Amino acid sequence: MNTVIGGTASREIAIAESSLVVRLKPLALKLRSGLVNLAPLAVMLVVIGVVWQLATDHPGAGLPSPMKIWADSHDLILHPFYDHGGLDKGLGLHLFASLQRVALGFALAAIVGVALGMLVGTSALAMRGLDPIFQVLRTVPPLAWLPLSLAAFREAQPSAIFVIFITAIWPVIINTAVGVRNVPQDYRNVAKVIQLRGPKFFTRIVLPSAAPYIFTGLRIGIGLSWLAIVAAEMLIGGVGIGFFIWDAWNSSNISDIVVALIYVGLVGFCLDRLVALAGRFAARGTSIT
Amino acid sequence: MTAFLAITDIGIRFNPAAPAVLVDVTLPIAQGEYISVIGHSGCGKSTLLNIVAGLLEATDGGVILDGREVNSPGPDRAVVFQNHSLLPWLSCRENVRLAVDQVFGRSKSRAERAEWVDENLALVRMGAHADKRPGEISGGMKQRVGIARALAMQPKVLLLDEPFGALDALTRAHLQDQVMEIHARLGTTVMMITHDVDEAVLLSDRIVMLTNGPEATIGEILTVDLPRPRSRLTLVKDPVFIAARAAVMRFLYDRHRNPAEAA
Repeated sequence: MNTVIGGTASREIAIAESSLVVRLKPLALKLRSGLVNLAPLAVMLVVIGVVWQLATDHPGAGLPSPMKIWADSHDLILHPFYDHGGLDKGLGLHLFASLQRVALGFALAAIVGVALGMLVGTSALAMRGLDPIFQVLRTVPPLAWLPLSLAAFREAQPSAIFVIFITAIWPVIINTAVGVRNVPQDYRNVAKVIQLRGPKFFTRIVLPSAAPYIFTGLRIGIGLSWLAIVAAEMLIGGVGIGFFIWDAWNSSNISDIVVALIYVGLVGFCLDRLVALAGRFAARGTSIT
Repeated sequence: MTAFLAITDIGIRFNPAAPAVLVDVTLPIAQGEYISVIGHSGCGKSTLLNIVAGLLEATDGGVILDGREVNSPGPDRAVVFQNHSLLPWLSCRENVRLAVDQVFGRSKSRAERAEWVDENLALVRMGAHADKRPGEISGGMKQRVGIARALAMQPKVLLLDEPFGALDALTRAHLQDQVMEIHARLGTTVMMITHDVDEAVLLSDRIVMLTNGPEATIGEILTVDLPRPRSRLTLVKDPVFIAARAAVMRFLYDRHRNPAEAA
């Protein structure tokens, strides 16, 4: 009797152990594949750093070496949120100000852009009337809008937001219109057979079907917004990452500029991934084929 | 007796300069009848089905279903599309649900509709996979959900547009048996487009053979005088089955050979 009980107990332990192994194994595998994926990047970064160091590590070099950047600007990296009053703020606060502008301008562009895209996508008349205008206006460089918006708004903040808006809106409009026009005939037939019409047809069929296109537009839009904000802020001054870079240039803090550029890149990357993620969530099930 | 579904003198041309696709198609269909329309690809089979569905408008003639003229699509003529046409962002249940909500939104309560959706999914044996999205299930399963969606509309006529065309032979046989079973149980009137001779003979009461286009029309109508329920295993040796099969084959491959193949 005893031996039987002991037997089951040890078997249970064995099962528990094996399940632990089973649970740990994927984690270990994931960790390993993560390392394998990141290793080339790490090597590349080290190579770039070393080459950069060697190229600029001599007196009279135009650009600072990585070591010098660290020596000059490690405060910026270590304390992103300091605020010494006036314009002497940490990089985090500058980035935050820029992000606020982008958020506002981009949100407006998303709402108006999707609405206009739907209109152009559904109505042939609107398409003929508006599309040529869109096609011309979308080629205007973002900064070219700045003087005009400064003249209209007479203030820096709304002008910057308008530049973001007008930069981000075109890809949103155009992609939404394409998505709406490309609702497959199959889905339209289904809607006809079950007599789905008007706003219900729009929300149940057109919007979900166009979602992947819309999010492609939004993703391009957020990228352009981030490109435009840095340039716009250089001109309007005040607070923001663009202004920070310009200010650093005027005070010859080249090291600060390098640090700021790395931050700009990382934030832009995160914005892009964020919209892509939202798109994958919203457009789950559908895909552009 | 007037036909339940009367297709009368249908003709259609898409381009005034080109010859008509279909001419003088007249086909009375009785209630509960299972009709197959067979013909070579491009002859206008699907066009005929789309006219009955109301998705295309005939240039000449008209369709009358149960005393009312067909002039637009509607759930009384539910279509099972060749490529299933499920909405990929909805689960199987939601796909059926969307149709049921549209058709019975006023006449049935929310709970009744939910129950009706599940009942129809169970009918095609998709109850266990109801919460999966179309992208997560096989082609045969998708087609079953498409059939459930069509049946859930309680159509007067079920229109099947080559419903098994894209499936492998085993899945196809399995689905054919299910459709036969459902037809026997519900007594639905069915019009099916197909290019598979065995399928037409196995399932149909009458087989409508279309001549080659352009200007395709009904070449011959064959009544399949086989008792139901039919079993594919016993039918293989049945002289009536063999004769019917031979008749359709003769029509398709002898007298009305596909011009593309003949060339």
